[in-house]
Amino acid sequence: MVTCLGDMFYPEVGETIVRLLRRLGVAVDFPAGQTCCGLPLFNSGYHADAAAVARRTVALFEAAEAVVVPSGSCAWMVKHEYPGLMTAPADRAAAERLAGRTHELSQFLVKRLGRRQFHSAVGGQLTYHDSCHLLRGLHESESPRALLRDLAGSEFVELPGGDECCGFGGSFAVRLPEVSAAILDKKLTQVEATGADCVVACDAGCLMQMRGGLSRRGSRVRAVHLAEVLGDAR
Amino acid sequence: MSETPPPTPLRERARQALQDTFLHEALTIATTKFIGLRREAFGEFPDGEALRDRARAIKEATLQHLDQHLERLIDNVERRGGQVHYATTPEDACRTVLDIAKRTGARLAVKSKSMATEEIHLNTALQAAGVTPLETDLGEYIIQLAHERPSHIIAPAIHKTKGQVAELFARELGREIEPDPEVLTRIARAELREKFLIADMGISGANFGVADTGTIVLVTNEGNGRMVTSLPRVHVAVMGVEKVIPSMTDLAVFLAILAKSATGQKLSVYTSLVNGPRRGGELEGPEEFHLVLLDNGRIRQIAGPLREALSCLRCGACLNVCPVYRQIGGHAYGYTYPGPIGILLTAMLNGPASVKDLAHASSLCGACADACPVRIDIPRMLIELRRSVVERRIAPWPERVVFGVFGRLLRRPALYRLAARAGRVLQRPFVRRGAIRRLPLFFGGWTRTRDLPPIAARTFQERWAQLAREDHR
Repeated sequence: MVTCLGDMFYPEVGETIVRLLRRLGVAVDFPAGQTCCGLPLFNSGYHADAAAVARRTVALFEAAEAVVVPSGSCAWMVKHEYPGLMTAPADRAAAERLAGRTHELSQFLVKRLGRRQFHSAVGGQLTYHDSCHLLRGLHESESPRALLRDLAGSEFVELPGGDECCGFGGSFAVRLPEVSAAILDKKLTQVEATGADCVVACDAGCLMQMRGGLSRRGSRVRAVHLAEVLGDAR
Repeated sequence: MSETPPPTPLRERARQALQDTFLHEALTIATTKFIGLRREAFGEFPDGEALRDRARAIKEATLQHLDQHLERLIDNVERRGGQVHYATTPEDACRTVLDIAKRTGARLAVKSKSMATEEIHLNTALQAAGVTPLETDLGEYIIQLAHERPSHIIAPAIHKTKGQVAELFARELGREIEPDPEVLTRIARAELREKFLIADMGISGANFGVADTGTIVLVTNEGNGRMVTSLPRVHVAVMGVEKVIPSMTDLAVFLAILAKSATGQKLSVYTSLVNGPRRGGELEGPEEFHLVLLDNGRIRQIAGPLREALSCLRCGACLNVCPVYRQIGGHAYGYTYPGPIGILLTAMLNGPASVKDLAHASSLCGACADACPVRIDIPRMLIELRRSVVERRIAPWPERVVFGVFGRLLRRPALYRLAARAGRVLQRPFVRRGAIRRLPLFFGGWTRTRDLPPIAARTFQERWAQLAREDHR
């Protein structure tokens, strides 16, 4: 599942993931007709629309053995919210089957494939920002860190306040843009204080927010997706 | 009567708060400290997680039979010589207190910190009736001097720096005062001591009401609570109906997690158990004890979408960790209860329409639910509130149009792809060196402070055919 932000804004991240998975021996398919998981509709309260989007997404991935999602928030939506949005028992059962087969990328690599040793594709010093939905929704903090710590050719440093929100929050970022920006500002100051070259995240939303802020600041730090720092397997 | 909606829109209130550098300094220091202390307190307490589950289970079980627990509480308070009053609305509650004040000839009422009395705007009602309310919690005392309202559930003056407090005291006393918390506290104490002795009435809230014993429990740090409840000849406690718990055994569970969540203390300095008026042979205590049970929208929620919020202990942990609260503070929320839980309580008290905008004052990061001692799923209920705003069609129409179009796009992949192509054309005038730095309309909110990536020259879907052909072995 490429996700809407991944499709439109960060297609190179999607490509990187496809190549990475292939190198690990995974046969990658991409069901046509993908749009968005519906999380923005769901979070803003448009649940009938979100349910319609969810139903068609469930159908799209019916045949997949495993579904890999590059964003913690979209993975959370599929895993945690899809089943509850379905009213018909058959739809719900299908959504639950999909939920069970859906994996956020870092979880798929570490927990499903058991692969955590990679060469760094970027070098330098890396730090990690916990995406809220991955951390508190999917209760995952260790898989991405394990990958980053074991990365040959890069050094991992913890980000103080790494578990705090970056201020994105979907429509929140445009509904209360000043508050969103103030939260981001604090995050980026903490990122810069680590001295790291890159801040790694597992969510296109956080990336959009942090990249947008870093480039506006003219910072030398880059915000990158986890997939972009994972080179060849060791 | 509901609370009066704030006169300025949320975004404007937030913007003003963000510009207040004192507020920012005070909030950062205090919330950072609270977060650290809470983490430490639970870190040293391996039973904490299980007790949080237990506490939630007790609250749930109590809500199942709230009527029975309240009846038992009432019986036991009356058995001990107290009088119980039931107030459906804030007006009922205020009238009850005023009637007691009138009958007992009260002119000065000392108060210990109580959000329930804030919620019903009791101070305003007392003043209008010629009874002077005097707040005796240090934080409340400060904001009463400043003619403000609490900006945090447990730390009402959290928005003030010590320098600002010193200035306030100096203005009040007409002399120079040094911005040292110890000095400031000593001054407040000296002022208050005398008032405790001459007050006619003590007004408190209640952290818990123990049904089995008819005991009202107050958790405080300054000792003012026990003065308020024991020195004046009349004590009135105002308690939300959801604060009843079955037994003293249950109380032990809550006390084990409440202070840890609130201030990171193992226990608060004072835990006062109030067992009604003074009885024959007792040396201390009021002549009269009144318990005012407050509904104000709570009972309705037992079967409502905000039921979980009835488990709230009012510890304030969700405020301290909330990235939005930490930036804008409590006043910007505009109602009595600030922060993530405050949005839910505002909806409970004033109806979902009152939080049409406030329900969006959250990035849904989930830090609140994580910090909540009774694990209230605040983000889920915020989403529910947003849904009820959408389904009542009271969301602003431009938003409904945007989401309506968006919802259609996402169901029709051909349209979605077309929109991507259209976006690519429309964005052209705005792209500078690979980034969009300025956009009109509501997108401008984003681009004023952040760059936006342009829609890629070729989306992933457009790249897939080629990628699928790539020889990967």
